[in-house]
Amino acid sequence: MNSVILIAGTRYLAGLLLIFSIYMLLRGHNEPGGGFIGGLIGSTGFVLFAIACGTADARRALRIAPQTLAMAGLGIALLAGLISVIFGDPFFTGQWLFLGASDSEKGLPISTVLAFDIGVYLVVFGSVLTLVFAMEEEI
Amino acid sequence: MTVMKSRNDAFGLLPVGLALLLFVWFLTFLPEVSDGKAIRYAMDWIPSLGITLSFLIDGLSLTFALLITGIGSLVFLYSNSYLSGHEHFVRFMLFLFSFMLSMLGVVLADNLIALFVFWELTTITSYLLIGFGHENETGRRSALQALLVTGAGALAMLAGFILLGMTFGSFELSEILLKSEELKVHSLYSVILILILAGTFTKSAQFPFHFWLPNAMAAPTPVSSFLHSATMVKAGIYLMARLHPAFSGTNLWLWTLTIFGVVTAVIASILALRQTDLKQALAYTTLMALGTLTLFLGQESGYAVTAFATFLIVHSLYKAALFLVVGCIDHAAGTRDANILGGLGRVMPFTAVAAGLAAMSMAGFPPFLGFIGKELKYAGALGVASEPIFVSGAVLIANSLMFAVAGVVAFRPFWMSERSNLPREPHEVSAPMLAGPIILAILGTFFGIYPDILQRALVAPTVASLLGNIEDSKDLKLWAGVNVPLLLSVMTVFLGLLFYWQHRRLRNILIVVIGRAPSFDRGWDRILDGLKGFAAWQTQILQSGSLYHYMFVTFATMLLSLSVAIFLKPMEITLPDHWVISWQGIALILLIIGGTLITTVTASRITAMASLGVVGIGVAMIFIGFSAPDVAITQLLVETLVVVLVAVALLRLPTLESEVGNRRPIDAVLAFGVGLTVTVILLSVLSQPLDLRLTEFFEITSWPEAYGRNIVNVILVDFRALDTFGEIAVVVVAALSSYALLRTTHPVSSDQGEQR
Repeated sequence: MNSVILIAGTRYLAGLLLIFSIYMLLRGHNEPGGGFIGGLIGSTGFVLFAIACGTADARRALRIAPQTLAMAGLGIALLAGLISVIFGDPFFTGQWLFLGASDSEKGLPISTVLAFDIGVYLVVFGSVLTLVFAMEEEI
Repeated sequence: MTVMKSRNDAFGLLPVGLALLLFVWFLTFLPEVSDGKAIRYAMDWIPSLGITLSFLIDGLSLTFALLITGIGSLVFLYSNSYLSGHEHFVRFMLFLFSFMLSMLGVVLADNLIALFVFWELTTITSYLLIGFGHENETGRRSALQALLVTGAGALAMLAGFILLGMTFGSFELSEILLKSEELKVHSLYSVILILILAGTFTKSAQFPFHFWLPNAMAAPTPVSSFLHSATMVKAGIYLMARLHPAFSGTNLWLWTLTIFGVVTAVIASILALRQTDLKQALAYTTLMALGTLTLFLGQESGYAVTAFATFLIVHSLYKAALFLVVGCIDHAAGTRDANILGGLGRVMPFTAVAAGLAAMSMAGFPPFLGFIGKELKYAGALGVASEPIFVSGAVLIANSLMFAVAGVVAFRPFWMSERSNLPREPHEVSAPMLAGPIILAILGTFFGIYPDILQRALVAPTVASLLGNIEDSKDLKLWAGVNVPLLLSVMTVFLGLLFYWQHRRLRNILIVVIGRAPSFDRGWDRILDGLKGFAAWQTQILQSGSLYHYMFVTFATMLLSLSVAIFLKPMEITLPDHWVISWQGIALILLIIGGTLITTVTASRITAMASLGVVGIGVAMIFIGFSAPDVAITQLLVETLVVVLVAVALLRLPTLESEVGNRRPIDAVLAFGVGLTVTVILLSVLSQPLDLRLTEFFEITSWPEAYGRNIVNVILVDFRALDTFGEIAVVVVAALSSYALLRTTHPVSSDQGEQR
């Protein structure tokens, strides 16, 4: 598709969508959002990019093959589930670390649950893009 | 190449060392086990199903473990030279070592389910090893045949195990074996026995499942030596021996094992004489040995079981040695054809000596261990509970034919007839290749001269594992006085010499006779072809390749099953009390209905797609109305992406009009039917009181236990993370497979096409 308006708009929209997707991913534990939704939003950004500028450019902008991202996501999710075994808990038990926590402050929560959600994000993101790119290139 | 070589050495010696360490470790159990003690280790595996990872070391399992690790380390050493420089050498060693560990698992496991898992691991590693030369079609076929035959038997065996475990409430062998009396009168006894025997007979290649074993000789020689003579094929024998205390003593056990054993032994020894390929000949003598072992396991007398234990060890020693010798011959002369080979004794003196010692043990000459084994076999055969004359006669024929085969395999190629045109100029093989055959052959001689060492260390404890009492073990003696077994031994030698002298003429007769008999191997092919034909036939009916057809069948099935369910079990439907819907709600419903109508009547695919998107977005709005933002967002995004995806695909397709034609009325009926039944079901679901237990649980625990306020997300990534993991795995697999599908339809340039 060769539309100047779309290309110009995409330049800002794609970036905004990516940032928004990460925002949705991170806030997911307490507010609506999470890995699934974040991954979908993020992939929408790149789908837009692919429609406006072509899949070759979109692939170049992504740098990593989408299927690799999806597999990496699956690996991260699995690792996040396996970590609990080190602490003697059953698989996929969430492990939490509150950085700088004091009696009054909760601190910055870091958890395997977040890592798992990032894995979900990457899986959804990579899988959707794998499909869309392949179909766009096919047709 | 030099780099390759040094890598080989490093990787090659590692398994040798590990196997040797394991062997020494198992040796340390010897003093305790020789006293008739059993050592048990256990750890929980799947406690909810009563499955433990428990191991039992007693006489029987220790004998097997020592054979596996001992012969294993020699075979690893041998493989270093035999496959030196092979491009897949490391892979081969990995397969072989994995096999050894699985086999150890089989013989040490005390839990039936754990045993089954290890059993299947040996099947799989054996598949990989037989198919090691995967460029070769015979190799692939043999590998698959072995996998299917033993795999099918193993499935039957698993059913038997589960029945056994459920009957007695325990999967622990050590507990089941104590309930022998209870088992033998149980109504399921014969079912369990037949199912388990299906597994052991296929694994140990008893007639009529024998055909896969000679075919498995497509594997490299170290594999044939290790798996297909010394260890894996004896897994079935092991299991029968392990279950002997619980199952033996009934007529079913006695006669099944006797008949299958005798038939296998006799047929195999006749077929062995027919072969000109040395490896094939040895494969058939292995079958004969397996038959004999099965036959003796059918009995309960001390002689028969001592014969079993002794022959088990004897056979592993000499047969592994002979297979390795044949590998040496093949390596040195480039052929295994008995008709061409000859006069190798002068150029390969060490191989010849090892072959001679092993063959004399196999033929049963004194003072080799094979002689003692043979004497015991006769003593055992004469004392069987089933037809002793018939059994002894069968054993006599089988033994004399083995005598002849031993001559053909290990005497003739070295000492008879001058060397004719060999494909390669023969030479003596290297020391690592000689180590295996020589050590094994010497052990066979040593134990023949000092049989009481072997008896005290391994034979008596093994007998004790089967019969429960170490006193039942009979003595291993070189000279037992003039008795019937000795007489039969003398007859064996005469008959054997006769067979050997006439073996060419006999072979020619056999080739003609066997050529006329039905071949099980070809029968197997016919069964497989039949299966494939059936699969192709039913696939053609069910898989038309038309998406319309699939959708129609799916929805018609759904409609049918749902309406049958509603009809058979009418549910009470109470309509909701208040039908008041907000004006926004009414607007949404109108939007959805409008979208649906446009989708069904339009002739343009793009319009249909877009209006379907309207329906989806309408549904998402309803979710928002019920304050389910996560679901709504997901629904919205998925709708958007689907429209984009399908729009891309639609660009290429023609308009709808050319396709729909006169299918519309019946489609409409189906659509209304599905809609109606689903509505009825939903209404009846709503009529049930809402169970809020789970909701409440998640509401209460989400924040204190999982530190999250968004319950939907907390459920996804924490409470039910394993489910989510399964789902994202499905997503990846779906994406990758559709990627692969899209790629294969892509035109491939000619040079890439050739690379495939």
